[in-house]
Amino acid sequence: MSDMTPIGQTPIGEPLLEVRNLSKNFGPVQALNDLTMMVRAGEVVALAGDNGAGKTTLIKAISGVYQPSSGEILLKGQKVSFNSPQEARDIGIETIYQDLALADNLTIGANIFLGREPMRKAFGFLPVLDRAKMAEAAKSTMALLDFHVSRLDAPVSNFSGGQRQAVAIGRAVYWNAQILIMDEPTAALGVPEQRKVIQLIHQLKAQGRGVIFISHNLQDIFAVADRIVVLRRGVQAGERRISETTHDEVVKLMVGG
Amino acid sequence: MTSPPAAPPAYTPHVAPQADHADKARTFMQRVADLRAWLFLAFLILGFEVWSRISFGGTFLFNPFNIQSIAVFAVAPLLLATGQTFVIISGGIDLSLGFIMGLAAVVAAHVINWLTPGMGFLPAVLLGAVVAVAVAAIPGFINGLLVAFLKVPPFIGTLGMFGVARGVAFLLAGGTTVPVKNEVFAALGNGKFHGVPYIIIVTAVFVLLMHYLLGQTRFGQHNYAIGANAQAARRAGINLKWHLLRLYILSGMCAGLAGVLYAARFSAGAAQAGEPLLLDAVAAVVIGGASLFGGSGTILGTVAGAFVIAVIQYGLVFINVEPFWQFISVGVVIIISVLIDQAQRRFSGGRQSE
Repeated sequence: MSDMTPIGQTPIGEPLLEVRNLSKNFGPVQALNDLTMMVRAGEVVALAGDNGAGKTTLIKAISGVYQPSSGEILLKGQKVSFNSPQEARDIGIETIYQDLALADNLTIGANIFLGREPMRKAFGFLPVLDRAKMAEAAKSTMALLDFHVSRLDAPVSNFSGGQRQAVAIGRAVYWNAQILIMDEPTAALGVPEQRKVIQLIHQLKAQGRGVIFISHNLQDIFAVADRIVVLRRGVQAGERRISETTHDEVVKLMVGG
Repeated sequence: MTSPPAAPPAYTPHVAPQADHADKARTFMQRVADLRAWLFLAFLILGFEVWSRISFGGTFLFNPFNIQSIAVFAVAPLLLATGQTFVIISGGIDLSLGFIMGLAAVVAAHVINWLTPGMGFLPAVLLGAVVAVAVAAIPGFINGLLVAFLKVPPFIGTLGMFGVARGVAFLLAGGTTVPVKNEVFAALGNGKFHGVPYIIIVTAVFVLLMHYLLGQTRFGQHNYAIGANAQAARRAGINLKWHLLRLYILSGMCAGLAGVLYAARFSAGAAQAGEPLLLDAVAAVVIGGASLFGGSGTILGTVAGAFVIAVIQYGLVFINVEPFWQFISVGVVIIISVLIDQAQRRFSGGRQSE
């Protein structure tokens, strides 16, 4: 794991990501209006809200897909702006997409290194892919997430949904993502697999990373999140500590009761 | 690195033994399926060997003349299939390769004829070959532009280029074949080094190079990723357009080399040189284990696929069967390999249980 700089430069509990007065409009449509939120190191923040509430717009603005119309984003106290998701990723904001993340025909290691494959010299001159290094990184990264896989030479299509989700998260972890944005990470999974992903999120939290977690499943939210931010029609409808709220209250905030 | 917190024991590997066993069976089946082209080839050769011993009392396989003829026969389809392998793995297809080969053969013939009086035999051949391969890169480049930048489906874009390359090749050839007057070129096409024809040596070296490119470089790795999930590849920061552009140029140049070797072998350039080979090349790739949906395939598989076709075609002539049976046999082999591919997908598609 030599490529990894130590994480946790931001002490647990300190602000990692701040969104200040963020607005985004598409023509006359105000998708997001004056939204402010914060994610601390080692904190899981759930985003909840009905369809069209602005959750997706918000994470797309944070991950560099959209440029906000106004407002600012701060990472570790410094103002940042991105022209592409690549730029956001380069400074440690990684989005885990549910289906679109992996090349199924490649190994875990190859997926972790996709686009930045390590090379070595065979016979002292011939550059070849360093598969040993990729497998080693795959093994240690997956172990870090408490997933123990034996078959490092198998394509990821051989693995289960939860394991594949872990590979996608493992890639982000390997490249030292500070903020992980997870959009419905449990939606397509069976119940045991869902539990595994929830466990994974706990691991990320323990490592001092910040997690933004979108889910329709309140049970998942209550199982993993520290705080919940509820959006309604592009504005913040409320923010609660999970320990101080109930399902009912959250639903009321979502539907505007 | 922060150390991971103590693992809750509930999810750790209590199912390992059965999973391992199932894994091994699966891995074994996958290996067999991956090697099917070589198994086909072995069965075919065995069949012809038996037939040959029974009906002629002589050997098929151990006759060096047979082996050499089959190899020479396989050169052009194999070169086309090598480029096609890359394209098919990326999820595309290149239908223009046959006529790019013809175009390159005609260009090689003209350029060598034109340069020989001034430069002498060998320099004319070398320069002519380079020019022909470079010209073959042009339709490849246009294919790449169409597919990568203008989002034309590869099937249609390269079908258009099929027509364009065909027309240009016939125009350049004046509608006829272009004979080459150059001894060195003829020697390249028909001479041998320690009993091995030069064109086989050139092809073998080139195919090895392509095997390296596909299996051991970032270009090859990205090619697999794009074929499996172009979206994921783009998200991972791979420049899809640039990759596809280079990919189609590469496949055009493979066809260009096939054209040069064809012109050398027959001391003539012909626009229709590659016409019957295009579908043989696609067949070789499919028999070799690539999926037309993209994402899988290997150069070595394609080599076996090309040899399966060459052995069928040559072997049937050898045992005196009406040549039309060639089409039937190759067709049957293609269908069987696709069926195996699908069965394997179904088998390995069942994901490892937790």
